[in-house]
Amino acid sequence: MMNRQGRPSQPSDATTAPISATWTGHRALDLNEPLLFEQDRPGVTGVDFEPVSEGKTRLGGLERDEKIGLPGLTESQVVRHYTRLSRKNYAIDMGIFPLGSCTMKHNPRLNEAVAAMPGFADIHPLQPMASVQGALGVMEQLSHWLKTLTGMPGVSLSPKAGAQGELCGLMTIRAALEARGDARVRVLVPESAHGTNPATAAQCGYKVDSIPANDEGRVDIEALAEKLGDDVAAIMLTNPNTCGLFERDIIEIAAMTHAAGAFFYCDGANFNAIVGKVRPGDLGIDAMHINLHKTFSTPHGGGGPGSGPVVFSEALVPFAPSPFIAREGDTLRLVEDCADGAVGRMAAFHGQMGMYVRALTYMLSHGSDGLAQVAEDAVLNANYVLEGLKDVMSPSFEGPCMHEALFDDRFLKDTGVTTLDFSKALIDEGFHPMTMYFPLVVQGAMLIEPTETESKESLDEFIGALRHLATMASAGTSNSFAAAPQYSPVTRLDETQAARSPVLSYQVPDQDAAE
Amino acid sequence: MSDIRYSEDHEWIILDGDVGTIGISDYAQGALGDVVFVEMPEIGASLDKGAEVGVIESVKAASEIYTPVSGEIVAVNEAVDGDPSLVNTDPLGEGWLFKIKLSKPEELNGLSNQDAYNKFLEGLD
Amino acid sequence: MRYLPLTDHDRQDMLASIGASSIDDLFVDVPEGLLQSGPLDLPRHQSEMAVERAMEALAKQNRSAGEGPFFLGAGGYRHHIPATVKHLISRGEFLTAYTPYQPEISQGTLQVLFEFQSQVVRLTGMEVANASMYDGSTACAEAVLMARRISKKKKVIVSGGLHPQYADVIRTMTRFTDDDVNFQAPTPHIDDDALIAVLDDQTSCVVVQNPDVFGNVRDLTSLAEAAHAVGALLIATVTEIVSLGAIRSPGEMGADIVVGEGQSIGNALSFGGPYLGLFATRLRYVRQMPGRLCGETVDSDGKRGFVLTLSTREQHIRREKATSNICTNSGLCALAFSIHLSLLGEKGLRQMAHINHMRAVQLVDALGQIEGVEVLNDTFFNEVTIRVPGDARELVNRLAELGILAGVSGGRLFDSLTDMADLIILAATETTTDEDIHALASALREALS
Repeated sequence: MMNRQGRPSQPSDATTAPISATWTGHRALDLNEPLLFEQDRPGVTGVDFEPVSEGKTRLGGLERDEKIGLPGLTESQVVRHYTRLSRKNYAIDMGIFPLGSCTMKHNPRLNEAVAAMPGFADIHPLQPMASVQGALGVMEQLSHWLKTLTGMPGVSLSPKAGAQGELCGLMTIRAALEARGDARVRVLVPESAHGTNPATAAQCGYKVDSIPANDEGRVDIEALAEKLGDDVAAIMLTNPNTCGLFERDIIEIAAMTHAAGAFFYCDGANFNAIVGKVRPGDLGIDAMHINLHKTFSTPHGGGGPGSGPVVFSEALVPFAPSPFIAREGDTLRLVEDCADGAVGRMAAFHGQMGMYVRALTYMLSHGSDGLAQVAEDAVLNANYVLEGLKDVMSPSFEGPCMHEALFDDRFLKDTGVTTLDFSKALIDEGFHPMTMYFPLVVQGAMLIEPTETESKESLDEFIGALRHLATMASAGTSNSFAAAPQYSPVTRLDETQAARSPVLSYQVPDQDAAE
Repeated sequence: MSDIRYSEDHEWIILDGDVGTIGISDYAQGALGDVVFVEMPEIGASLDKGAEVGVIESVKAASEIYTPVSGEIVAVNEAVDGDPSLVNTDPLGEGWLFKIKLSKPEELNGLSNQDAYNKFLEGLD
Repeated sequence: MRYLPLTDHDRQDMLASIGASSIDDLFVDVPEGLLQSGPLDLPRHQSEMAVERAMEALAKQNRSAGEGPFFLGAGGYRHHIPATVKHLISRGEFLTAYTPYQPEISQGTLQVLFEFQSQVVRLTGMEVANASMYDGSTACAEAVLMARRISKKKKVIVSGGLHPQYADVIRTMTRFTDDDVNFQAPTPHIDDDALIAVLDDQTSCVVVQNPDVFGNVRDLTSLAEAAHAVGALLIATVTEIVSLGAIRSPGEMGADIVVGEGQSIGNALSFGGPYLGLFATRLRYVRQMPGRLCGETVDSDGKRGFVLTLSTREQHIRREKATSNICTNSGLCALAFSIHLSLLGEKGLRQMAHINHMRAVQLVDALGQIEGVEVLNDTFFNEVTIRVPGDARELVNRLAELGILAGVSGGRLFDSLTDMADLIILAATETTTDEDIHALASALREALS
């Protein structure tokens, strides 16, 4: 099932009150910044090098004679360029970032300081193992924390992100099934699943079959029973699910799945709701990826890098990808070769060491007691938001939520305001909007995950703004919503033009066109 | 207008001899939003009724196109390739997608006429 | 606790407003007996100072690149990163920003991605580049899958000069597809004629690395022509992106897809990750390209702005029919790359590349004078392969004990392949000094006598 919720991608005709133009085009601290390529000073560079003794080149006559086309800037120009650009970004450091399923918690700076230590930053993956025992020690400790928190016996640290973790998990399952001579063809995925789940299953060569939700937003057990069969390799569930709800039938779901000879893959994106409080291993899962950039605070960096280690049950451990850590007395070793039938290598080298260091620093900071508190506060914050909004917005499901609260667009019915418009108005109020139009199981979804690092005051302000906007929407002021956002560095962008006439890299302007 | 028929996947077909012209309905183009690209079937391909023949993409959605009848693809609308907005502005005219030579004309009987399709849309809400 | 703002008073107030008597009421759906009653068996919370000490102790057990002569390459390279890069990427507006799904408040990230894509296009000599992938090895495997979607053919030919771990990733990613992948045996000698000999009209793509894992530099033009003649695509891999400041780009030589590892510019060695996958291709293939893409457009006032575009290729819309399952990219690493490259510019990159090459020339001159050492390369950029008497891995370990990280041995990189066991791959960069080369040469001479 594909995402059919198309929505407007061009700015509307709604006009805003004109702001008088400045000569520069800047507006006080909101400074326009051209592209690097538009500031080129040929022959200028912002890096100085020491001279080197010249010798005869050995490039085989393949010197790069043609101009590359990279612009030249001085150091101060570069600093100004990126400083100005940074100020056009919303970020966690500025305010609440309530994106459901993304877990946008505070990124501690201690993590950054530790990752920058030369002993972690300046080591090469292929150095002799005796010279990197500390790095292997980080990996060993991180493995121990992940296995203990999840209650699972094995872990593969190497996947580079959550999506790669899902692939790792499914490939390991497929390898295990093939080893027992029982290749199967289908993977069951809930309709509410994150897009990476069916994409991963397809990439692994499986046919994807949908599991519907019941009226309470959870997996429909009867429908699941009908879909299970001896051609099903695995189910992929998120728990708590993408509606922010704990799958109360999860023990039964695991049992049914195993009885059918299939494996239970768990998408760990929502682990923040239960870390330190519930061990997924106790729920019957066989494999689960953990997003270190979600639950364990490694920074989102504008879209990446992430890290997606996968924990495994006993049955799957022999098939998990290399490399992994082995201890021989006082010495640690990286085992890089692949056991027969195991998945093999998923990426060069040993995974996202920079993220392991940050995540371990975070785990040591919180400790097991702190991490349980993280889950409790995350769940409390989400429920506080739900309680503060349920009379003016439309929660999709009854009862308490876990770490995220799901609303749909029923409260906007007949107002002329869409989920999209509502979210854009939130931008003018000074917030990054919540996740919109996901999960697909409700109409016009709005998924709010505050995380545990928001204070009560921050939540009160956010709730207040949403209450205000909900009231405005019912009062029939849809025009101002359609014009939002007005105060951001740019207003709504023409995404249709961007897709119909793609301009995907800098094009040097036509000299003739200037005439 | 000559006898237009609709499928439950919101495609329309108009017959001329044994060749049917197929596109998506006005309802479908509205639901999709601004069309940005259409992946067309290959000319010469032989397909059964219900087979996936292409994909219509808007900015935030992608919808499969299924052929409402069996047959051989004899033409695709190059104009839509150059200007996908035709599907939005004139879905039943200039925004046609492909032409198919029917191998089983009796399949038309299973499709809805304009009235039946309008009723179907009402039921969708 | 320093990262948790709620006080016990807050918690009580909030529970009261929700109508719950304790937090565990909100965990009501957890099956009986499975809600932990106390902390799990792991250390309790610690102060920043204590954590710093613990992590420092681990860091001290690692021998870092700057502590002595360092000649490792093979897919990860030690370069000098200007202080400006680290300062700019640590700005909270970059570090703690998210994927730019709300473009009106993400123009910083989006303009950076547009500039990054433009830089990658120019470096590789191609027409369009994505907003980064995890690393060079996964970008390479994704290119093979993309070639299949375009050519609709199953046979893949992989050069013996491709980094063996990249080849392993291709092996893993095609394990459950019906691709017929032919891995040529690794060889330190350029094998392009052998590749051309196995090309046929069943071939989907040929995967080659330039400079290859042994450091050799070659002209890809005839390989590109031979591939195109049978309707196959040429995928060129670049693991040392600085090389494109000195040698002809794969795009100029006829490549259809260029993948690469961007770590060398802006990003630390970091024990192998996070790294930066570069992916570039021809415009006509753009709809088959995986990964995020940033495009230029205008806002409702006609002002230029940037948005993620052509999103129907991706998992969040296309789900099981997506070009790839990739979601997260390497955003911050791409930013670091872009900042470093804008500091370098045309002139600085060429200068940097030239110095790298000259240092490698000096290294080769020094090594060539050592009894028993045979330099195998005719051509190279900043990396070369030598043959030594006896087991190279053991030699490298012995030199490490003397404080010299001499390079990557064939045994370490190629596992059990016996014909690689006497090889060492060494890299020199602008960070390599005369003293480093001298110390390495002396130690080698000593060890081999």
